[in-house]
Amino acid sequence: MQMSEYKPLIVAFCCNWCSYAGADLAGNNRLAYPADVKIIRVPCSCRVNPMFILRAFQRGADGVILCGCHPGDCHYTSGNYFTRRRMALLFSMLDFLGIERERTRVEWVSAAEGAKFAATMNDFVATVAALGENKRLEDLRCKR
Amino acid sequence: MQRVGVFVCWCGSNIAGTVDVQAVSEALKNEPGVVFSANYQYMCSQAGQDMIKQAIIEHKLTGIVVCSCSPRMHEATFRKTAQAAGINPYMVEIANIREQCSWVHKEMEIGTEKAIILGRAAIAKVNLNAPLTPGESPVTKRALVIGGGIAGIQTALDIADAGFCVDIVEKKPTIGGKMAQLDKTFPTLDCAACILTPKMVDVAQHEKIRIFSYSEVEEVGGFVGNFDVKIRKHARYVNEDICTGCGDCVSKCPMKKVPNEFNLGMDNRSAIYIPFAQAVPKVATIDPNACNMIKNGKCGLCARVCAAGAIDYTQQDEIIEEKYGAIVVATGFNPISMDQFDEFAYNQSKDVITSLEFERLTNAAGPSAGKLLRPSDGKHPQTIVFVQCVGSRCDACAEKGKEYCSKICCMYTAKHAMLTRDKYPDTDVYVFYIDVRTPGKNFDEFYRRAVEEYGVHYIKGMVGKVTPQGDKLKVQASDLLANKQLHIDADLVVLAAAIEPDASARPLATMLTASMDTNDFFTEAHPKLRPVESPTAGVFLSGACQGPKDIPETVSQAGAAAAKVIGLLAKDKLQGNPCVASANEMMCNGCSSCERVCPYGAITYENKEFRMPNRTTAIRRVASVNPAVCQGCGACTVACPSGAMDLRGFANKQIMAEVDAICK
Repeated sequence: MQMSEYKPLIVAFCCNWCSYAGADLAGNNRLAYPADVKIIRVPCSCRVNPMFILRAFQRGADGVILCGCHPGDCHYTSGNYFTRRRMALLFSMLDFLGIERERTRVEWVSAAEGAKFAATMNDFVATVAALGENKRLEDLRCKR
Repeated sequence: MQRVGVFVCWCGSNIAGTVDVQAVSEALKNEPGVVFSANYQYMCSQAGQDMIKQAIIEHKLTGIVVCSCSPRMHEATFRKTAQAAGINPYMVEIANIREQCSWVHKEMEIGTEKAIILGRAAIAKVNLNAPLTPGESPVTKRALVIGGGIAGIQTALDIADAGFCVDIVEKKPTIGGKMAQLDKTFPTLDCAACILTPKMVDVAQHEKIRIFSYSEVEEVGGFVGNFDVKIRKHARYVNEDICTGCGDCVSKCPMKKVPNEFNLGMDNRSAIYIPFAQAVPKVATIDPNACNMIKNGKCGLCARVCAAGAIDYTQQDEIIEEKYGAIVVATGFNPISMDQFDEFAYNQSKDVITSLEFERLTNAAGPSAGKLLRPSDGKHPQTIVFVQCVGSRCDACAEKGKEYCSKICCMYTAKHAMLTRDKYPDTDVYVFYIDVRTPGKNFDEFYRRAVEEYGVHYIKGMVGKVTPQGDKLKVQASDLLANKQLHIDADLVVLAAAIEPDASARPLATMLTASMDTNDFFTEAHPKLRPVESPTAGVFLSGACQGPKDIPETVSQAGAAAAKVIGLLAKDKLQGNPCVASANEMMCNGCSSCERVCPYGAITYENKEFRMPNRTTAIRRVASVNPAVCQGCGACTVACPSGAMDLRGFANKQIMAEVDAICK
């Protein structure tokens, strides 16, 4: 693998109702952000099992970002409150697992905030790129 | 093993411009399960869909991946295509390579690489898809319209005329909204009351429409077709069914110094009041903050003069619970507060007024009986200055005002200026503007008449400062075209205040889980193709709650929203969302973790008999999901400690497969 310029691998979980639509709006408005961000659509941010995030790190992701509706605006009324508490717990354990805290983030992006989505992604990619490759939680069994 | 077909769309040059579609379809050919891969200019076109159908039949495909625009755009289209070709519609996955790839990345190489990865993730997911069948739910054939302005009135009438029951909830004592306060309407100069009040009467007399005035929506539950709504009917201390609206109580009420909100506080009303002569319902309401009887138990005059015996000082708020199939939001707008605009001296002089106050001043039913008189001294104003864009089109960095154009001000100011010159040809009328925006049928002609026939002085430039001096208002302004400063001694200054969504809209949006934009206007499901639907199924938008609108636009949107509601209520059954949670009974240990997080109460527990080793049986408590109530958020799937709960269509394994495919 040639490593001319370091490209982080970012997985973004976006809820279907707000953030995924926000990402679509960023596209509609042609607001660029790095292609390192790959979006996975979930019905609600509360669908994201902390396991998914750890799996992504295990498989070599350099950063994982989780986006949902603003607190109070959840399509399912309370889903993002669960997300907020679950992720607070997960994030508090990341150091223990050997992952820098900055490699994960929860952001609230509404369907109208295309510009915020792009700005958030630009910022997150820059933060992760500055940290460099995520080598600490590599599962050697997954290495080919 | 699935037999997957991959279809890569060019979307003209929208995708093909930054993604090498040929390379994508080639690369995805070798993914596990893929037996067919192709690309085409417009997959969503008839020819593109036929191509998919043909490939499904020819290659015996069991699942398809379409690499195209957002699933929010065409997922439904391609599901129908798959169904038409004989495979389950939920065996379709979309890789979003337009909004989330080609439109946000500039370089071909990067775009192509990302599109391949997104396609790979979709293939990994579709390999684990299972056919799903949506459940059906009944539709309550009754609509709720929130807001009784012209938008709500028109929507309710159109729905009711189609034969469905409609309830209107209005927080004020009467329906009519802002339009009831207007004098004339542009561009035809019909009198607002003459065209609105017959509609209000129609609403009152329509056998399919109920009006809950002086009421507010307090709680919304349920989902499309089956909303459960709690409405709080505020105590008006008058029995609506008995009150005849004769007005005897109003004239006898000793408490006459309450600012009249219908006239924007420019005159007073009594503590018991009927907002205006044509109010619907025409019944009196007691203002509990002003009434002596309710505050101190001293008075009771209105009860004594009421021949019908309608006054009831002990009346309590009433909670009405009703089921609805569809909800229309028509909460409307308000002019913004002028408190932050000190430069125009709004709070220093009574003669600086807003356009809505001007509207009341020129209205025959207004505080001055339609005579244009200065609020301060009742004299006829000789020089009137209109200021446009007060709080509209403000700089994003400014801490006051709104960024957007309020849209209606140019036209109503032209109307005010024209009517003033028509009634009082001796007045000098100046209009200060940034741009005059008149996009609408017969709008520009109207504005030009104001300038050319009525001699209104239109000056491009903004007013910098208004200073009250004696009985005059010194107006300091710039004329941008002549490049000079102007000083005008005005008698009356009228501010075209920006409009903003009603304050009740934000809490309502939270109740409805309908989304709003940064200005608190409701967002539509699609700005062009679904302009009257909110992204939340079963919630529709009518009028200025969605964005600034004039009356013709509001009425047409109201009709459009009604048509959508009628389309929904005309169905006997609604297909539900099959992507719901389900519990694996063998793994469930009945711990109740899922039940606690479910926002819909969709999870219950039952005791089931299970076979155990050695021909024994055991009774265990296991979770069971009601698919008609589950909305598919997936909160329970994460809460479940044993991993028994999973979400159909977004299963743990499917999302993991996507993660793996992306992180390959």
